[in-house]
Amino acid sequence: MNYRTVWRKSVNAVMFSLTGLCTLLTVCILFFILGYLVWHGGRAINWDFFTKLPKPVGETGGGMANAIVGSAKLLLLATLTGVPVGFMGGVYLAEFGGKTFSFLVRYTTDLLNGVPSIVMGIFAYTMVVLPMKHFSTLAGGLALGVMMIPIAVRSTEEFLRTVPVTLREGALALGASKWKAIATVVIPAAFRGILTGIVLDLARVAGETAPLLFTAFNNRFWSPGWDQPTASLPVMIFTYAIAPYEDWHRQAWAAGLVLLGLVLLTNITARVVLARKLSSVAG
Amino acid sequence: MASTTVVVEGAPRPGRARAFLLRLRSGDEVAHLITLVFASAIFLITVLLVFELYRNSALAREKFGWMFLVTRTWDPVFEDFGALPFVFGTVVTSAVGLLIAVPLGVGAAIFLAEMAPARISDALAFLIELLAAVPSVIYGLLAIFTLVPLLRTVVQPFLKKTLGFLPLFQGPNYGVGLLAAGIILAIMIVPFIVSISREVLMAVPVEQREAALALGATRWESTWKVVVPYARAGILGSIFLAMARALGETMAVTMVIGNDPKITSSLFAPGYSIAAVIANEFTEATSDLYIHALIELGLVLFILTIILNGLARLLILATQRKGTAHP
Amino acid sequence: MKKLSAFPLVLTLVVAGMAVAIIWGPEKQWAAPPPPPASLINGAGATFPYPIYSKWFDEYHKLHPDIQINYQSIGSGGGIRQVIAGTVDFGASDGPMTDEQLQDYKGKYGHDILHFPTVLGADVPTYNIPGFRGELKFTPEALAGIFLGKITKWNDPDIARANPGVNLTGDDIVVVHRSDGSGTTYVWVDYLSKVSEEWKTKVGKGTSVNWPVGLGGKGNEGVAGLVKQTPNSIGYVELIYAIQNNMPYGQVRNSSGSFVKADLLSVTAAAAGAAKEMPDDFRVSITNAPGKNAYPIASFTWLLVPSTIQDGAKRKVITDFLHWMLNDGQKLAEPLAYARLPKEVVAKEMKAISGIK
Repeated sequence: MNYRTVWRKSVNAVMFSLTGLCTLLTVCILFFILGYLVWHGGRAINWDFFTKLPKPVGETGGGMANAIVGSAKLLLLATLTGVPVGFMGGVYLAEFGGKTFSFLVRYTTDLLNGVPSIVMGIFAYTMVVLPMKHFSTLAGGLALGVMMIPIAVRSTEEFLRTVPVTLREGALALGASKWKAIATVVIPAAFRGILTGIVLDLARVAGETAPLLFTAFNNRFWSPGWDQPTASLPVMIFTYAIAPYEDWHRQAWAAGLVLLGLVLLTNITARVVLARKLSSVAG
Repeated sequence: MASTTVVVEGAPRPGRARAFLLRLRSGDEVAHLITLVFASAIFLITVLLVFELYRNSALAREKFGWMFLVTRTWDPVFEDFGALPFVFGTVVTSAVGLLIAVPLGVGAAIFLAEMAPARISDALAFLIELLAAVPSVIYGLLAIFTLVPLLRTVVQPFLKKTLGFLPLFQGPNYGVGLLAAGIILAIMIVPFIVSISREVLMAVPVEQREAALALGATRWESTWKVVVPYARAGILGSIFLAMARALGETMAVTMVIGNDPKITSSLFAPGYSIAAVIANEFTEATSDLYIHALIELGLVLFILTIILNGLARLLILATQRKGTAHP
Repeated sequence: MKKLSAFPLVLTLVVAGMAVAIIWGPEKQWAAPPPPPASLINGAGATFPYPIYSKWFDEYHKLHPDIQINYQSIGSGGGIRQVIAGTVDFGASDGPMTDEQLQDYKGKYGHDILHFPTVLGADVPTYNIPGFRGELKFTPEALAGIFLGKITKWNDPDIARANPGVNLTGDDIVVVHRSDGSGTTYVWVDYLSKVSEEWKTKVGKGTSVNWPVGLGGKGNEGVAGLVKQTPNSIGYVELIYAIQNNMPYGQVRNSSGSFVKADLLSVTAAAAGAAKEMPDDFRVSITNAPGKNAYPIASFTWLLVPSTIQDGAKRKVITDFLHWMLNDGQKLAEPLAYARLPKEVVAKEMKAISGIK
């Protein structure tokens, strides 16, 4: 009996150490990624990176100013197209939905969420690039926008549902019509959560490369307007990383640091805000 | 006067038209209509996407039929296309990824849910979830310069020496290949497994644990024999979700998989995944049949992802009904 | 009930800041002021001439600041595809378009697509053999055998025979080829098809082929990158990529039996015969060219330009650029190890430019 207990106790200790090790390993990976990028990217970042255009192939120097602006434009367009659709869709599902249509919308939202990003690129290519006869920021922005929709819908719906029924009924009792109650009471109450969800969504989409490969394409110059191809940070990282030029590798690290820095910063801020919000909503 | 919010879906019947128009005056109907329009837009976009995929793969589907799924060749010169090498590559790399990520992820989830004090658990879970936010191309960037040389110089020779009798670990040693892609996929999907499994485990009713402990079980026994089986469906669901993500991963995989559409028995060999071949060859497919074949590959991938996602949701739903999953 | 929380405020400021930066930033402080949207031309295609094209378009932009020619190197297959799809204003390829593709284009648009040779370049066999940075000599049989997967080790007799005195180890050869549709590939396999019957029947030629063995790299850049990082590898890249990255490359035996290294002289020699007998559509293959000093894996590379361009401004830019390219532009080729076009070809092309309406 004694031996058996000792055995069980040691198994207990060993297994928990093992699982602790798993956790440690996983967390270490994050720090490794950060550390490596900061080390290599930090050394590569200079003022040129943010202000200059890429140089011809094989020459050292230059920067990714156009890629930074390009990414910003793409994300702006993605937000303008994806967020309203997702938000309104979420409002519909949470507030107005009929039974079968809601089911259909939810099901297709899930489907859309599962579309691999490269397939989204194909879709945008056939729907926007071919008819326009142009690679363009528009096509890239739309592809990213459509990718934003499912999570925007889900965030909106979930956070609207968390608004306590008492709040709604209070508004209605005071004589507001349904839409007024939703617009002036329910949505503002859920606003922080919804916004956080959308910001997280944006951060996710900011790093997407595959849908841009054949929509926004790439550009060695500035891309004026919305109907020309544009450089973007993720595509530049990809192009430079697989090339043999040392100077391109250096710039890829810098770009990686900038991109990751922005994405992580956004994530951390959004999650902290969300955590505070959830704890303040006492129900 | 708040009017009813029941909307007749579909065209209003004649005679009711007047009533409908009157109701439209009230803000509720308008609001309902507006949100309905956007919701339908989502529905329509998805339908359009599937339709476009289907339509633009017509040439390939007609020419190859179901054989497409089992043909090994991918020959643009002689226009003979088959999906098998890419399905193989996708499945193998995802399998390797899961083999590494599942024990790691479930282990970490167990530790965080059962062992660690709440604050540490939250903090560590937060950090692990940040891993999920790292873009794929950055994983690829790191993999090229750290993982691949490591595999080529240290890990693969080691595996060859110790486990080289298995065909899995034979053959020339490139660094890039199925193993490299599998490992980077594992790193990318671990955060999903950890975060969902942790939530599922934490939602197991505390009575279950206490009952086990009351009967004299050690912490580990209570975890492993009672809590985990209770949350089994949810954990399995998280694995399916991770698998669905792994299937669709494009950038990191294409940067380290070697880009060779072959089916081999060795993990050291280069391979190709569906997403990677589309990324590499789409803008360059020189004939219509070639493009249609690539789009058909996209369709195959999409369907695989749908099936897995569907299974995952069913499993997580099943856990919800049992009362264990996070609402 | 509504507290003015900081977060939405901060977010709005950030978004507003981004918007301001996007709309006004580039014009105020960064790089050269962007041109008034006068001429934006988009082209895509071959990675083979990418170094010289990017230099050309950069220089041309400096001479004409209101003209931006954005060229993306996605591979010759991509250039052909995108020009047929109409998503770019011109394409570029080192594998000339097939008759079928030309028909396809004509059927779609009603006018032709023209080939304009720009420079001459060469595919070189570049390798990464730890401890050995010399020049290997490759026979056609050796190259075919390596890429067919039949010669698997560096110390194979077929390689050793041509390299007496060089002792290579018995390491496995890692073959690297293109994963994308490539004119560089086309030139390489065109050559292999000419010198190896087995290659011709088993694999054939095209911008994308069913490679018997090897890793795939994306673009010349990708292949060079892979070879550079993978010991015991061999790949084929355009000459300048090997030079710019300090990678050793080998000599190849030509049809007259001499081992020739790719350089300006040998590449120009390869084009000598073709220059005299250039067909009107400029599509010609100069691999395995006759001549004692000719490098056997050389090629023209072409810009693919539609014969009818509706947009007057674009048409002017493209024809002007072609003029410039054929005269001043050629001077920039040699520093980047591309050979200039033969005089006869230049003269013929200048006439052909007037065919663009």
